[in-house]
Amino acid sequence: MKKLFKEFIKGIGVQNPTFGMILGLCPTLAVSTSLINALGMGLAATFVLMCSNSIISTLRKFIPDAIRLPAYIVIIATFVSVIDMLMKAYSPELNKALGIFVPLIVVNCIILARAESFASKNRILPSLFDGLGMGIGFTLGLSSVAFFRELFGSGSVFNIKVGFILEPVILFRLAPGALLTLGLLIALVNYLKARKGKSPIARKGGCC
Amino acid sequence: MEVSKLLAILISMVFVNNFILSKFLGLCPFLGVSKNTKPAVSMGIAVIFVMVCSAALTWIIYNYILIPFKVLYLSTIVFILVIAAFVQFIEMVIRKNVPALYKVLGIYLALITTNCAVLGVTILNIDDFFISGKALPGSFIYSVAQAFFAGVGFLMALILMSGIREKLEFVDVEDSFKGIPIAFIIASLMSLGFMGFNGFKF
Repeated sequence: MKKLFKEFIKGIGVQNPTFGMILGLCPTLAVSTSLINALGMGLAATFVLMCSNSIISTLRKFIPDAIRLPAYIVIIATFVSVIDMLMKAYSPELNKALGIFVPLIVVNCIILARAESFASKNRILPSLFDGLGMGIGFTLGLSSVAFFRELFGSGSVFNIKVGFILEPVILFRLAPGALLTLGLLIALVNYLKARKGKSPIARKGGCC
Repeated sequence: MEVSKLLAILISMVFVNNFILSKFLGLCPFLGVSKNTKPAVSMGIAVIFVMVCSAALTWIIYNYILIPFKVLYLSTIVFILVIAAFVQFIEMVIRKNVPALYKVLGIYLALITTNCAVLGVTILNIDDFFISGKALPGSFIYSVAQAFFAGVGFLMALILMSGIREKLEFVDVEDSFKGIPIAFIIASLMSLGFMGFNGFKF
C-alpha cells in the first residue's frame, strides 16, 4: 500500500510532468485559456494514462521488443478514440473548445514516456497508480497555467468574475500570453528550487 | 483548384496560423533542437518531408478506405499508425540507400512520430477539406499544400529561434531564467510579432 502511494504521489510532486520534466507542452499551452478547459483536458489525459498504463503493463510480456512503440501507440490511440467519442456525446462544448487537441493526446509525450519507462517494467497495480498520479500531476500543472491566464486574461476564475483591480489583459488569452505565463512559472519554480539548494529543471528527451 | 486559394493557404499556414507560434503544435522539437541553426534546418526539412507524405497518404486512406467503409471513428488510430509506419519505413530506406543523408536526418526522423505537428496537420486537413464525409473539389492538392506550407512555417520559426538562441549563449541571463524559461519568453515575443499578420483576411 505504501509503495502504491509512493508511485501515486511522485507524479504530483518531484516528477510532475509539467514543472518537473517539462513534458506535454503543446496541450499545456493551447488549452489553458480557461480553467474548465484545462480540467477537461487533464481528466481526459488522466483517463487515457490510467487505461493505457494498465493495459500495457498487462501485455508487457507479450509485446515483442522490436515493435513495442507502434504497439503502445495503437493501445493509446484506442483509448484516445474512446474518450473522444465520449466527450462528443456527453460534453460537445468541451470537445469543441479543446478541438484538435483531443485526438492529439495520442502524441502527448507523458503517456508514451510512462508506457516506455514505467508500465512496460512494472506490474498492473503500480502502473495504474503511476498513471493516476501522473495524470493528476499533469492536470495540476495545466490548471496552474490556466489559473493565471484566466485570472489576468479574463479577470475570472472558473468563469466567475472576481473583483480584480486591473482591466483584463487580452494578451494573456492569446498565444503569446500562454508562452509568457509558462516561461515565468518555470522560472519561478527554478527560483524556489535554487533557494532550497536544488538543481534547476532540466529537460530530457525530445518529444511533445 | 484555384491559385488564389493556394496563396491563401500559404499565407495562413506560414504567417497567420504558424504551427509553432500560434497553434502550439510541435513545440518540443522547437525547444529541443533550436540551440544551433544547422540541426534546426535538418529537423525542419525532415518535418516538411514527413508532413507532406503523411498528408497525402492519410488523405488517400481517409477518402478511399475510411469513408466507403463508414469507419470514420477509427481515423485517429489509423492516422497515427500510418505516420509511425511511414517514418519507420523512411528511416530504413534512407539508412540503406543514402547513409550520408541518414547521418544528417536520422535521429530527427525517430522523433518525428511523436511530433504533434504531423498528426495535427493530417487531422486539420480532414477538418478543413472534408464536409460531412465528402471531399471538397481539389482537396487533395489543398491538403498537400497545407501540409507543405505548415512545414515551411515550422522550419522558419525553428530557424529564427535558433538564430536568436545562438546569440543568447553570450548573454548574461538571470540564473532562474537560464535555458527553458528564457526560450519561452523569446518565443512569446516572436509570437507577439507574428500576431501582426492577423490582419490578413481572405
